[in-house]
Amino acid sequence: MPDARVIPLDPEGHQPTATPSPRSTFWDFVRRRIMGNYVVDDFGFDADLTEHLLLPPLRPLFERWFRVEVRGIDRVPSEGGALIVANHSGTIAVDSVMTQMALFDHHPAHRHLRMLGADLVFDTPFVGEVARKAGHTLACMPDAQRLLSRGEVVGVWPEGFKGIGKPFSERYKLQRFGRGGFVSAALRARVPIIPTAIVGAEEIYPMIGNISPLARLLGLPYVPVTPTFPWLGPLGLIPLPSRWIIEFGEPVHTEDLVGDIDDPMAVLELTDAVRERIQQSLYRLLVQRESTF
Amino acid sequence: MGRVVLVTGASRHLGGLMVRALARDPGVARVIGVDVVPPHRPLPGAEFIRADIRNPVIGKVLRSADVDTVVHMGVIATPMQAGGRTAMKEINVIGTMQLLAACQKAPSVTRVIVKSSSSVYGAGPRDPALFTEDMSPQHPPTSGWAKDSVEVEGYVRGFARRRPDVSVAILRLANVIGPRVETAMTEYFTLPVVPTVLGYDARLQFVHEDDAISALHRATSSGISGVFNIAGEGIIALSQAVRRTGRPSVPVPGALLGIVGRGIAPTRLVDFSREQVRFLTYGRGIDTSRATRDLGFTARRSTAVAFDEFLGGYDLSPALAESVISGVTSAARMLTTRGGSRA
Repeated sequence: MPDARVIPLDPEGHQPTATPSPRSTFWDFVRRRIMGNYVVDDFGFDADLTEHLLLPPLRPLFERWFRVEVRGIDRVPSEGGALIVANHSGTIAVDSVMTQMALFDHHPAHRHLRMLGADLVFDTPFVGEVARKAGHTLACMPDAQRLLSRGEVVGVWPEGFKGIGKPFSERYKLQRFGRGGFVSAALRARVPIIPTAIVGAEEIYPMIGNISPLARLLGLPYVPVTPTFPWLGPLGLIPLPSRWIIEFGEPVHTEDLVGDIDDPMAVLELTDAVRERIQQSLYRLLVQRESTF
Repeated sequence: MGRVVLVTGASRHLGGLMVRALARDPGVARVIGVDVVPPHRPLPGAEFIRADIRNPVIGKVLRSADVDTVVHMGVIATPMQAGGRTAMKEINVIGTMQLLAACQKAPSVTRVIVKSSSSVYGAGPRDPALFTEDMSPQHPPTSGWAKDSVEVEGYVRGFARRRPDVSVAILRLANVIGPRVETAMTEYFTLPVVPTVLGYDARLQFVHEDDAISALHRATSSGISGVFNIAGEGIIALSQAVRRTGRPSVPVPGALLGIVGRGIAPTRLVDFSREQVRFLTYGRGIDTSRATRDLGFTARRSTAVAFDEFLGGYDLSPALAESVISGVTSAARMLTTRGGSRA
């Protein structure tokens, strides 16, 4: 630490430290957690826990393992609501977590991404608990609108399980985008839609098979078979170190489209337009990415 | 001419607070408290009638006193208070039916205020973060107090249809907490070891007992009709709440929570019914903007402040945890400082 502690310390006096050392910040964090002295928002988002405990272990994965290149981060506004719509892939939703990481670490305003997830997520022990604490909530219209109207950046992956659970042979082919509920939410809240393309997540767990009887038995959308899972046991859970690009695209402004809220045709058209933009960006980025690994 | 207000459930803590608050209100000429048991604390400036609302005698009380406002707070939350679940359901549901039947026949009654509960929204994984009054529950309650509250609200809506001249307000209170009130939740947080649901962390919302009374009082004097959510601002996570009590918690699988809980506290009125376990698993939040806008009521204390005042009243604090952590922190700071000055 070459530039730390320029003021000589007086062990008797109680000099307030101008910049707390990382270690004292850590102990302050532990103290807050033990005493219950932190704020959780209406959705259950625990910013203190997310910033100090949930995101840090993912940072090496983001920076060293996947070497994520973030593009167009300045297209996400520094203030106010925005809706990030991205492609979904990779068997496990690592792509959404990496997008959250990109937005928090690379955006000048260090914004938190508030994702909308399936109800299965919130009915699964531990997973649901962590998801809520990390800022995510159920994909339903009231929550989407509440978040957007509070000026949060909301993330949706409209392909859902169809996207992350698709076979490796269909990589980078966008699945159906549902009913366009996300478009209605953005229109109502008058926030921009930011089509976002994620390249690299498809290769982390290449899904070459699906044990569907087991999936039905367990009530899961799929039970994946990858080149390493379940053959290598827990080692099979290590994602392949693919090279990633996350590109936040040109925003679609919705202020002038408010009249279209009640027109299902217009909503579906806009949904398709967003989907098409993401698909085009994916093809372009795939060409630009020099190697998969 | 001042108003004549009848309050049911007057012998219990919140009912008593309400009676005393109304007795101090210059706009109220007479306050009549009704309950099946005599009040624990005196009700200065108010009258008390020991009567059962399940009995038609309540109609006579309404007529003879020319009651114009009825505040129904006689819905009981835990079987222990009523002497069993059957008696509880009887008091809650049949009692409400009788009371409303009496109100319907009493021409003097122009205003009915019902204390209900946010438990009518149920609790589950498909719930929105905050319920507004118009949303229907995703996981409707199937048992206990929550089910009773749903039925009570149903009868109240029926009454409102039959007596359109009466203004009817239903207040859905979040869990009431505070330094003096005793509820299933205060009992839960004062257990020597607090059992929680493994793998879940419920979002809780509280309303301070004094704020709950202010809200009911406000509804009584405003004469506005409708359903209103009442809660302190913000939420607190169950794990966070337990940490603030300083009590140890033990996470157990949801299916075992009832058994473990009753093992820890066999005689207390703490509730581990199926509905309550669901609540302790998923929690619930309610949106209070309608009460702010239409009723002009905002709770003075947030959820977190209300909870801290409860801790103060019950003399709970993470004191031991605090001294341990301060010891560790100062030791760590000293080590960090030595390391830092050497560098």
